[in-house]
Amino acid sequence: MYDSIILRSVARLMLPILLMLAVFMLLRGHNLPGGGFIGGLVASCAIILQLVAFGPDFARRVLRVNYLSLAAFGVFFAAVWGLPALLTGQPYMTAFWIPDPIPGVGKIGTPVLFDLGVFFGVVGVTTQIALLLAEERNPREASDAGTAAP
Amino acid sequence: MANHLFLPLVVPLISAALSVLLGRWRFVTRSITLAAALFNLGYSGWLLWLVSSTGRQVTQASAWAAPFGITLLADVMSAVMLFLAALLMFCTIIYSLLTMEPEYEQFFYYPLLLLLLLGVSGAFLTGDLFNLYVWFEVLLISSFGLVTLGSSRAQLTGGLKYVVLNLMGSTMFLIGSGLIYGLAGTLNMAHIGERLITQSEPGLTTVIATLFLFAFGSKAALAPLFFWLPESYPTPPPAVSAIFSALMTKVGVYALYRVFGTVLPGELVRLAPLILALGGLTMVLGVLGALTQTEIRRVLSFTIISEIGFVAMGLGFASAAGLAAGLLFTAHMMIVKTALFFLAGAAERVSGTGDMRRMGGLARREPALATLWFLGMVALAGIPPMSGFFGKLALLQAGVSQGHYLISGLAVLVSLFIFLAILKIWHEVFWKKPVEDQSQMPRLAPAILIPGALLVILSVVIGISAGPVAELSTQAGTQILDLPGYIEATCGPAGCDAVTSRLIK
Repeated sequence: MYDSIILRSVARLMLPILLMLAVFMLLRGHNLPGGGFIGGLVASCAIILQLVAFGPDFARRVLRVNYLSLAAFGVFFAAVWGLPALLTGQPYMTAFWIPDPIPGVGKIGTPVLFDLGVFFGVVGVTTQIALLLAEERNPREASDAGTAAP
Repeated sequence: MANHLFLPLVVPLISAALSVLLGRWRFVTRSITLAAALFNLGYSGWLLWLVSSTGRQVTQASAWAAPFGITLLADVMSAVMLFLAALLMFCTIIYSLLTMEPEYEQFFYYPLLLLLLLGVSGAFLTGDLFNLYVWFEVLLISSFGLVTLGSSRAQLTGGLKYVVLNLMGSTMFLIGSGLIYGLAGTLNMAHIGERLITQSEPGLTTVIATLFLFAFGSKAALAPLFFWLPESYPTPPPAVSAIFSALMTKVGVYALYRVFGTVLPGELVRLAPLILALGGLTMVLGVLGALTQTEIRRVLSFTIISEIGFVAMGLGFASAAGLAAGLLFTAHMMIVKTALFFLAGAAERVSGTGDMRRMGGLARREPALATLWFLGMVALAGIPPMSGFFGKLALLQAGVSQGHYLISGLAVLVSLFIFLAILKIWHEVFWKKPVEDQSQMPRLAPAILIPGALLVILSVVIGISAGPVAELSTQAGTQILDLPGYIEATCGPAGCDAVTSRLIK
């Protein structure tokens, strides 16, 4: 946690912007640069920025989910959307698309849903790692706590 | 196309995710894990039958045509290894259910086992060099988790060596893949093999092959690169040691056989003397290490290294007979070594220690355990009714018929010393009078012996039905060296270049 009024103001402002950017990245991903992985990294950056500005307790409250379960759900969700192809006798992960693009969102098909799973997986794993590292007590601090200050 | 080839990958992946999600209910996690392993076992048994009767099975991920997408290909070697991996994983899960302390489960022990199975199965099935690297990473990441689970000091020291040396191996693999992509312009194994026939640059190809030898050799624990193995195998719980001895080095062996046998056969012939020398060195150093150790699982770890030398010798013969014999020996060694690790874990459980100087008298106290250990030991030594005899016989036959007398003689000598090392365990742990008062020691639950007994029986079965098993391994050995057949299976009869030029137009 870094105590700075500028960082705190910017972090508060950037949270919705970064989350929207993450969704935008996710949706433009299958034909242009972007995708679930990058989108997930941007989304977890939004939360890690709160972690740096306000500390781990506040960052935990931004999204009240169990990040580990989110990661596992992401992997499950991504893997499941390869199965429809397998059930119709085509190789795993063969893409299915709806015929017309939805206005404002774009073409939707199984690759987008797969990407959504990747998005959840990346958000879950990276945020969980950052939070665990931030919450870990410094071993020197922990051992010094018992002894008198010099 | 054989789309069912995705199942042994999709099922462990989804099961691992589900068992993390539902980790709160211990019974659910255990059932999911056991069911997934059982599925893979059944499936790979069926696949082995299918492949040995109808030939290679191929599918292309996402329906992208061969040299562009990722190919999954099962030939006899892949199917045999896939079957053994699923079988040994199934036995390990049963053994873990019986012996593992419950604390391990909250650190995702069973999901990590499933991810290990996923990585190993992917490595056995893929037909793409870079994809092979990815599967290596999948199985290494989960094995890093397993080897340090419990985080005792010894485990962390062993784990660090394991991680560092394996990362070096992976880096070499990556550099080699990059160079071969620059040389051949493709990463599909069949396509690389096809292009290197016509546009090979002798010096560069040899450099790449040597990088691969370093990378896979370090994962298979070949001579100068085996230091991580005796440090990291004996420290985790016995179930983890057993599955590591079953799978980890064998994936390296598989990669050596696949890349040198199928993709770079020209380089195999060129590097054969080097591989033979490294194999001989591995045999000798491994068995010397085994003779000096005093802890059961440490002795067993060193004998693994020694046996890797035998497998490398099979590769170094650079012939279908040598590869077939090496594969047969690998299969025997996976089964018997895992059984011995299970039994060693049971012996440690009774004695409360793995230090042989403080053990003893188990032959009288646990006769069933002692009998199984004796059978496993006989199998490892290679005495006729058991599987080890035929593996070594095939290796020696291949060696002598090709005129490699020196290394064949060395192999005979080393296998005597391996027998001596295992016999030392027999004497110290089972035969000699107990050192300490044994009246307070726990009795062994008979159920713990079941996985080990199953594998020992399998070793006898392989020994008795040696005819069909040897035929299967001969078929596998011929298939490894059959590059035109591999190319035809992956890209169709006209070859991969025909596909690329047709699709690019």
